[in-house]
Amino acid sequence: MHVELRILRYDPERDRKPHEERYTVEAGPMDRVLDLLHKVKYEQDGTLTFRRSCAHGVCGSDAMLINGRNRLACKIRVDQLGKKSITVAPLPGLPVMKDLVVDMEAFFAKFRSVQPYLQTSDVPPLRERLQSAADRTRFDDTTKCILCAACTSSCPSFWAQPEYVGPAAIVNAHRFIFDSRDDAAEERLEILADKDGVWRCRTIFNCSDACPRGIHITQAILEVSSKIVERRA
Amino acid sequence: MIRDHDALVVGAGGAGLWAALELAKAGVDSAVLTKLYPTRSHTGAAQGGVCAALGNQEEDHWEWHMFDTIKGGDYLVDQDAAEVLAREAIETVIELEHMGLPFNRTPDGRIDQRRFGGHTRNFGEGPVKRSCFAADRTGHMILQTLYQQCLKHGVKFYDEYHVVDLLTEGGELGGGGRAAGVVAYRIADGELVTLRSKAVMLATGGFGRMFRVTSNAWSLTGDGVSLAYRHGVPMQDMEFYQFHPTGIVGIGILLSEAARGEGGYLLDKDGFRFMERYAPKLMELAPRDMVSRAIHQEIRAGRGIDGKDYVHLDVRHVGRKVIEEKLPDITDFARVYQGVEPLTEPVPIQPTAHYAMGGTPTDLVARVTRDAANTVVPGLYAAGETACVSVHGANRLGTNSLVDLLVFGRRAGRQMAIDVKGVGTPDVDEVTVMEPVRAELEAIRTRQRGERASALRVELADVMMDDVGVYREDAGLRRAQKKVGELRDRYRNVYVHDKGRTFNTDLLEARELGYLIDCAETTVASALARKESRGAHSREDFTERDDAAFLTHTLATKRDGAISLSYKPVTITKFQPKPRTY
Repeated sequence: MHVELRILRYDPERDRKPHEERYTVEAGPMDRVLDLLHKVKYEQDGTLTFRRSCAHGVCGSDAMLINGRNRLACKIRVDQLGKKSITVAPLPGLPVMKDLVVDMEAFFAKFRSVQPYLQTSDVPPLRERLQSAADRTRFDDTTKCILCAACTSSCPSFWAQPEYVGPAAIVNAHRFIFDSRDDAAEERLEILADKDGVWRCRTIFNCSDACPRGIHITQAILEVSSKIVERRA
Repeated sequence: MIRDHDALVVGAGGAGLWAALELAKAGVDSAVLTKLYPTRSHTGAAQGGVCAALGNQEEDHWEWHMFDTIKGGDYLVDQDAAEVLAREAIETVIELEHMGLPFNRTPDGRIDQRRFGGHTRNFGEGPVKRSCFAADRTGHMILQTLYQQCLKHGVKFYDEYHVVDLLTEGGELGGGGRAAGVVAYRIADGELVTLRSKAVMLATGGFGRMFRVTSNAWSLTGDGVSLAYRHGVPMQDMEFYQFHPTGIVGIGILLSEAARGEGGYLLDKDGFRFMERYAPKLMELAPRDMVSRAIHQEIRAGRGIDGKDYVHLDVRHVGRKVIEEKLPDITDFARVYQGVEPLTEPVPIQPTAHYAMGGTPTDLVARVTRDAANTVVPGLYAAGETACVSVHGANRLGTNSLVDLLVFGRRAGRQMAIDVKGVGTPDVDEVTVMEPVRAELEAIRTRQRGERASALRVELADVMMDDVGVYREDAGLRRAQKKVGELRDRYRNVYVHDKGRTFNTDLLEARELGYLIDCAETTVASALARKESRGAHSREDFTERDDAAFLTHTLATKRDGAISLSYKPVTITKFQPKPRTY
């Protein structure tokens, strides 16, 4: 079948502002939006620019706004979109570099700000540290994050307040705060108790809807804010 | 623009990140360059686990792991390297746990382990639980954990810098010169940056994109292997390319061997477990080369599903709990990319191009070597899929890719930290050294008409898949040789639509096609010359392994624009070659 792609394009060397361009491609129901973008780039217009790498939802390169929702282009099929016309735009709320490519630097800076690495004060044993299966399960959900930015850039609180640390950074803080092996929960909770930390969350659930890994992000944010409240009490 | 560092790591997958971590810990002024962001690297796509003889579930020994690796590699493995691999697997996995890697746990809180293809107890008696795992996203956890630790230790990253050339000092790398840094293309604005350094490590992964059906990311285009080759370093054992048995039909996305490690079956059209015909002892857990050949033979005999070119992977009997806890991602892949529900339906699969056993030759401390005498190229290092140590020989066992990049990535970092101490900063002139690659890129960017790289890449991938795949024979290889040569000629006339400086992926993909053509050409030449069947290299016209003539590594070197083949002895220490049955 023919599918029409309506892509928001912007080339800083040529355009004063973004504009929509339309392409018609031949597609099957199991084709993913990434396949269609490749068809445009390789068969029609080589200037179309987007990031992608693994093409099966684990590297996090190709998050973009597809039919009004943040998705990975490699993980959403034509038949799931249910329309013969598909709109594609860059992730909202992040500076556009070119076409579907956004500047990720500020996003990664926020990720780094929550100390996203294991911190321990003890000398590790000769063998592995022991951790019960239950303790391991406690933070399983938030280990799945691929830093695609679909969540943070879908968050109205982030759009309104770009200083907000955002869901992705909180997810990655959660992954360590609830890891029984880590000793730096206090520092991270202190960081996230800041005015641009967890309190900016208005539990709108856009982040959870957007997550291509199915992480229960809003729940993770609530668990972190509860922990901050607990700590104060 | 010019920058100086003492050491540079090209590529931010597992090997590169661990090397960078060692350099940072040693206080060496170093940096990592990646054409992606580090967390996009393809180490993150590894699924099933990382083998180490921890013995957490049942008795196990590193000698058994070493033996399995050698036998799995059809005795083309360098046995001193396999010993390092199997011994150090244990401490690197423990160290990863200490870094925070969230392994699945046994009931008593230790790292959980499961079975994997070709990994056995007591030198081949039966499967052993050796693969340490984090669900079916072990690679993701390794990549994240190493990146996290790099942040903790202040590693400097050049994200989205595409390395397009190597700097040399004192002659070409194949002729006694040393590596002196890199030229990188800053993707954001197209600026070429010269980075000088005393040590350069290549950790750019493999080149699966030279095949049509592959599990590899789009970014896996052989950059490091090819750049070294262009400067006179050989490519080793290129004829050995692994096809993973269980890829999603048509698009090649991997469904981990862990599915079989957890008890999954491979079935023909009649629901028969056909591996009984090929490997009665290990069945579905035979090494990948044998399973991929078995699938091809079943399909040829008309026993594919509905007579078509695929068979079934069936995990229904494994049970919902195991599937959801230990195989969640691959069941999701089957749902999203095939529309199949693995809990209730068998999953159609076919072999997919997966892993290069060959690559840039190195010694045991990841120093690149350039000839049969293992003469070291000063200042140049490689590890992971880019490198050929050789721990995989003619066929890699499942999980050993991760073991390889951990063990030898760590070794590379430690060795560079030692080696940079006695060396001065290279004295190369910024403008002169970047001129050749600047001219090459500008020629592609400004050419007004010609052929699109994307069209050429499709033709390359087709001929490699059809004539240089699971089975090879003389006529097909000659066809491929002619075709790849023709593509090389046409490549000189490649042009791009995108004439801009900003994020010009059109240009960079054209550049990458050149690397793939280098890799394809040496693969075909090496395969043509190896008139035997060994591991992943299966010749229909030479069906037997021939140790008298071919128990030897192939070195493909570029001389005056042509490929020159030479051979290097295999290191045998503990295990004499034997027939390989399972």
